[in-house]
This record gives sequence, C-alpha cells and structure tokens, in this order.
Amino acid sequence: MAEKPKVAFYWCASCGGCEEAVVDLAEDILTVVEAVDIVFWPVAMDFKRSDVEAMKDGEILATFINGAVRLSEQEDMVKLLRRKSKLVIAFGACAHLGGVPGLANAQTKEKIIDYYYHTGPIVENPEKIVPDPKFAEKQGFELPEFYEDVRALDQVIDVDYYIPGCAPTPPVVKNAVLTLLSGKLPPKGAVLASDKALCNECPLNESKPDEGIKIEGFKRYYEPEKVDPEKCLLLQGLPCLGPVTRGGCDALCIKANMPCTGCFGPLDGVKDYGAAALSFMASVIDSNDEEEIKEILEKGIPDPMGLFYMYSLPKSLLFRKLYIKEEK
Amino acid sequence: MDKNFEPKIVGIFCNWCTYAAADLAGVSRMQYAPTLRIVRVMCSGRIHPEFILWAFKNGADGVLIGGCHPGDCHYIEGNYKTLRRYHLLKKLVKQFGIEEERLRLEWISASEADKLVKVTNEFTETLKKLGPLSLREKLPEYAKKEV
Repeated sequence: MAEKPKVAFYWCASCGGCEEAVVDLAEDILTVVEAVDIVFWPVAMDFKRSDVEAMKDGEILATFINGAVRLSEQEDMVKLLRRKSKLVIAFGACAHLGGVPGLANAQTKEKIIDYYYHTGPIVENPEKIVPDPKFAEKQGFELPEFYEDVRALDQVIDVDYYIPGCAPTPPVVKNAVLTLLSGKLPPKGAVLASDKALCNECPLNESKPDEGIKIEGFKRYYEPEKVDPEKCLLLQGLPCLGPVTRGGCDALCIKANMPCTGCFGPLDGVKDYGAAALSFMASVIDSNDEEEIKEILEKGIPDPMGLFYMYSLPKSLLFRKLYIKEEK
Repeated sequence: MDKNFEPKIVGIFCNWCTYAAADLAGVSRMQYAPTLRIVRVMCSGRIHPEFILWAFKNGADGVLIGGCHPGDCHYIEGNYKTLRRYHLLKKLVKQFGIEEERLRLEWISASEADKLVKVTNEFTETLKKLGPLSLREKLPEYAKKEV
C-alpha cells in the first residue's frame, strides 16, 4: 500500500475556534483521517517540534495554519513548517487576513502591554511584574519576543491557499480538503470558497427592493428584538457587510438576525476589503445634505476601522495605525 | 521642518467639471503651485476609497477630490455618493493616524478655474504646515508588498 499523504496542523495567534472547526467536521473527519496521516497537531496529538525537525524538507503534503503571527515563536514555527511542507494553507480569517487579533495594529505594543499588565480595570499587579526575557533567561528558559505588529500568515511566509472564515464552516473546510486531495489543484493563491458575495446566497435577498437600498440611518446591534427576520438587515439599517463579503458560509449569522461582519473577507480582485465596505456603506445613506450625512455617520458608524476592518486590518493597504500622536 | 518641502498632491477630478476647470486654468495660463498631479475619472462617484488609501500609501502628501457642484452631476447623483464616502473616509484616515486635513473635497465647476487655483494654493500651504506624510517609509518591510 502506498504511503498516505502527510498533513499537519498548527495554531498561532488565534482563539482555538479554527481547531474546533476541524473537529466540527464530525463524522466527515473520519474520511479525512482515512485518506491522510496527521503528523503534527499540537492541540490534539502529542508530537513535538523535534518530530517536525526530523522530517525531510517537503515531506508533509499540506500544513494547515490558523492564527495571525505576533510572537517570534510563531514566526519560527511557521517558517519551519513552510520548509517541511509542499503546500501551506492559511486556515481561517486570522491566518488569511489577520483576523480579530489584527485589530491590535490600531495600537502600539507598549500601550497593549501597559493595559494588560497595569492599567486595565481587572488588573491587580502591585509589584508591576511584566514578562521579562532576561529574567526568564536566568531561570533557564526562553520567552518569545512580542512583535510590534500583528501579521497575516502570507506576510511572514509563502502561502499556497486560503480557507476563509471565522471560523471556517464545515462545508467550506470539507470542500477545500476534498479539492486538495483530488489532485486537481487550483491556481496558487486561490481562496478555497465561493467567489460570489454573501447576498447571493442570503435567504433575505428576495426582500431587497428593485430600486436598490436606501437607508435613513444605522442601528446598532443591541436591539435584536426590533429586527424583522424576514427583511434584508441592511434595509433595516443594520450595517451588514454581505454585499462585499465572500459567500460560502450559508449566511449563518444572518439566519440568527446578526448582520454580516465580513469574516470571509474580500472577493477576488479587491485589494482593500475595508475600503470596499466603506464605499458601499456610505452610498446607501439616503441623504444629500452634508450636515445630515455627518450626523448619520457620527451616530451610526462611530468606529469605521473597527467595523470595516474587523478581520482584515493587517491585510489592508495601510496595514496599521501609523504613528500614534497623543490626543490633545 | 524642511523649508524646501514641496508637497505632492494627487487630484482626482471628474471629467465634466473639475478636470475642465483645470484645463481652463491651463489654457488661461493661470499660475499656481506646481504640486498637483491630476487623475481624470468620468465622475467623482467613480473614486473608490481604495484609490485614496493607495495614493496615501504610495507617496501622496494630500489627496484632492474634485467634483461638480451638488445638483450639477452629469450622472445625476454621483457627487452625492462621493460626499458621503468622503465624510466616512475622513473618519477612517484619522483612525489610521493620518491628519484628516490631508484629504479634501471641493466642488469646482468647469468655469471656476480661479477656484481651482485658489484651492490648490491653499491646500499646498496646509500640507506644507503638516509636513511630509512619507507613509511608505514608515511602514515595516512586510507591509510594503501590498500594492
């Protein structure tokens, strides 16, 4: 019997939801396990870094990496896995676009450390202890470096394919894995999901009026009882990013009365997801009066970066907040 | 501050009004700051926010959007869409740490060459005070690739 293709999984800066997504394949995971040999999967199996180091270069057929890259240890591991693998697949929104951890690029490293070790409301740290690489070294171990920025996977290593989603839904994962196993590989750099906008598969699409969407103002998420589950959420004033977001998720959030927040990322050919989202969101406002427009935006979209770049700040054109000037 | 700093302004102008105004300023031999680089689009509503972010990333110190006066749009309401995007985009660039004064929208009709001259000179002065943006140089190496 021919040797089964080898597959590895790894996680970086992520919540663990993507690992969950693999397990969510339920009985389908048996088909996958039957077809491949899992050689490295820290969350579920006891293999060590040295096991990976012992492999030949390119020995692993495909490595699925989820999470953004923030620590030197993560960079080191993904570079090692890149060497040992024929294909590297960015799995989930954080590896694909930077994800929610990527929003940390709106802050500086110093501010983040300060908040989490000193000034945050639930922090009690009277001795002002912070992670100290020198102290760790004296104890005989090594602390990874906390980098200035959060990066998406392809800003660190070469990535062959992307599986989008926060987390990727089981049908998307299954289709992607089957595509890879089929041997008919798509062109390098492809995102292994639909290339149609979410609206295309949204059950509420029918409720859109023919003349297009015009709204008088935006509502925030916290009034779910006021949402009509039969009517397009955008039409009701909820800032739904469906029109610019890649579909394939089966409109799960919409079915739960939640507007799309854009985890599947941009469609092919869009350079900057947030700019595309901003463009359409501004154009549906039903007002031609400058002062009124300003007021609607002030009330409805107080934080455009958080809304439009919730999953994609590191992969945006501008990458991060540039130089932090203290507010006067 | 560098006194010799000459800001780079990317002007994205609509074909029917502001671009024609720039043309008129040219044939009328009006003198104005040589800081403007003009891109012509059919309508200011064609200006994707991505163009503006791209310009900032790739060396522009300021971006000037020029369109027809409200009510005069050749395509009925393209300029109103620009107006809404402009205000939202201003909030966004501020969050990115770029001074919002670096983005400016002006309605300049085909006959208002003098307004174009005035706006360009004014904008140049504003940018001189703000200094160079040099956004690309401030980005880490791995973020420069996204063009």
